[in-house]
Amino acid sequence: MHSAEGSTIRHQASAVPQSWIPLPQTSDELRPLDVFSLDFVPYNDAWNLQRMLVEKRKRNEIADTLLLLEHPPVITMGRNAKPENLLSTPLELQQAGIEVVESDRGGDVTFHGPGQLIGYPILDLSKIRRDVVWYVRVLEEAIIRTAQDCGVRAVRVPGCPGVWVNNAKVASLGIHISRWVTSHGFALNLNTDLNFFCHIIPCGIASCPVTSFQQCLGKPLDRSVVEQHLVQHLAGLLGLEKGELWQRMS
Amino acid sequence: MAADVLMPQMGESVAEGTITRWLKKEGEAVSKDEPLFEISTEKVDAEIPSPIAGVLGKILVKEGQTVAVHTVVAQIEAVGSLGSLGSVGSAETPQKSASKAPESATAGTERTEGTDKSKAGASAEKESSELLRASPLVRRMAEEHGIDLSLVEGTGTGGRITKEDFMAYLERQGSATAPKAAPPKPVPAPTPAKTGERDESVPMTIMRKRIAEHMVMSRRTSAHVTTVFQVDLSRVAEIYRKEKAGFENQEGVKLTYTPFFIRALIDSLKRFPILNSSVNGDQIVYHKDIHMGIAVALEGGLIVPVVHHVDEKNFLGLVRTIHELAARARQKKLTVDDVQGGTFTITNPGVYGGLFATPIINQPQVGILGVGTIYKAPVVIQDAIAIRTVVHLALSFDHRVVDGAVADQFMASVKKYLEGWEESLWA
Repeated sequence: MHSAEGSTIRHQASAVPQSWIPLPQTSDELRPLDVFSLDFVPYNDAWNLQRMLVEKRKRNEIADTLLLLEHPPVITMGRNAKPENLLSTPLELQQAGIEVVESDRGGDVTFHGPGQLIGYPILDLSKIRRDVVWYVRVLEEAIIRTAQDCGVRAVRVPGCPGVWVNNAKVASLGIHISRWVTSHGFALNLNTDLNFFCHIIPCGIASCPVTSFQQCLGKPLDRSVVEQHLVQHLAGLLGLEKGELWQRMS
Repeated sequence: MAADVLMPQMGESVAEGTITRWLKKEGEAVSKDEPLFEISTEKVDAEIPSPIAGVLGKILVKEGQTVAVHTVVAQIEAVGSLGSLGSVGSAETPQKSASKAPESATAGTERTEGTDKSKAGASAEKESSELLRASPLVRRMAEEHGIDLSLVEGTGTGGRITKEDFMAYLERQGSATAPKAAPPKPVPAPTPAKTGERDESVPMTIMRKRIAEHMVMSRRTSAHVTTVFQVDLSRVAEIYRKEKAGFENQEGVKLTYTPFFIRALIDSLKRFPILNSSVNGDQIVYHKDIHMGIAVALEGGLIVPVVHHVDEKNFLGLVRTIHELAARARQKKLTVDDVQGGTFTITNPGVYGGLFATPIINQPQVGILGVGTIYKAPVVIQDAIAIRTVVHLALSFDHRVVDGAVADQFMASVKKYLEGWEESLWA
């Protein structure tokens, strides 16, 4: 049976632990990765869009898709987040123009805002590789290679998912999987105003200083240039072909 | 018959998973492929669908617990399932079982107490029709192994159960739920502590989680070695006693011992620049500026504000900055800049009388000085015993880049600076 054969090959490829080597394609044709590059999308709208795409991906109505966008300033509270972890009052947040959204993802309180490149890959991992750890490493690797292209030396920190420069976090990850279809993804600080992070993290904990490409390089970066590198690396690592690119300023 | 729900393996190198949320309660009906529970591994949350339709029986692994992959986490009762017939009288052919479908419907109606359950019964009936979606070969194999085919997911055309499906199911069952054949895989070492009735389980605050992550990350990152020096602090203590009141009256800030230690550290960090470095990948980054982190205890945690360019401040400026940072730390008013960029850290574990502690390095730094309690002790000086004010200073250093001899020379330099204190506090 053809499919059974395919899965054997997959299995052998995935026997390399911790590797982020893309799988050998079992068919001659590369599957595409469609990219939507959007401007500012409010968090809830983006979440609804993701959910719609996830359902479509499950039904195989769309190809693997990457959403690239920015959020207006927003603090998202994961399911386990406690209100007291917000350091600022609702009034202060309102004055700073920050929305607070309760998200159904797991995890902590986090901040998204202008200058931060958000990537939401909607991928069917069952067709790529059924391995969440591998997937996390792929996202990290794509960001590390992108950083390198931009002149930033970024690394992994063992035990702490995300991408780090000099032990400050430049990109964070949060992934949701439903029947091997991924949603949520990564947030990469390009030109983010880092002072926003003060509203949430008990910043003092030196474990989690944040940084941005801008801070590392001393100059702001053009998002579209970063996107080009990122899409290329991500598609390459996932064994996908760059598909259609949709640019929409919403 | 109950089907076991297993902790799925979410990847080649994934050995365990944490259940974050049950989406169904015990006794609640669930249809096939409906999300049943959520797990998390690394930074990934995954929704796990129910393998079959039925009623969620016992939940064996509670929310928050971490177990090895393939561990049974719950059981699902396939309501009115033909499986019970199949396992009781395994001599019966599957065809016969299938023909008893009406009987299973009766079993379903017997359970009409709750609407949920009758619904589940209905979906279980739907399941039973899948029995017919198997080749004679697969049915014969099912009979031989005493397997209920309604529990096997079919991936063939129209959901047909292929031989591969059956073998895969058998393999899973064999490794996870056949204790007679093979004992269940032991759960790896750190099993979660049992929570008794009188125990209280409190989720960690974000600050606590970050501290926890950082401490473990640091331990994993650096090769920690701690060297301890006893320092005769009599001279400093005398100055401290003399100047304390005047300092507070004239300058309005409380004098502590901390700035004395920091001045000594600055002098020695300049002499031994490797202690003021960081490791970045395979590079050693020597920091030209000295930014001193000062650990401050908070209720429920700690925070490390940083005095930037600490070497450019005089003694009074240092005292003022420390005072101001500590106050803002306690009021949670620190900014990002206040806590970033430290190149060395000083901490004060001696407040409650501890002689010394072995502090954990504040990454990505390579050294941290722990100041023990300051007390009077008999000390031998030139073969005479004297009562002196002493302190134990413990330096934890990263042995990846700092050699033991260098660390001890550094500490000898700190000791010398303090024991022979010459600086004016008012300069």
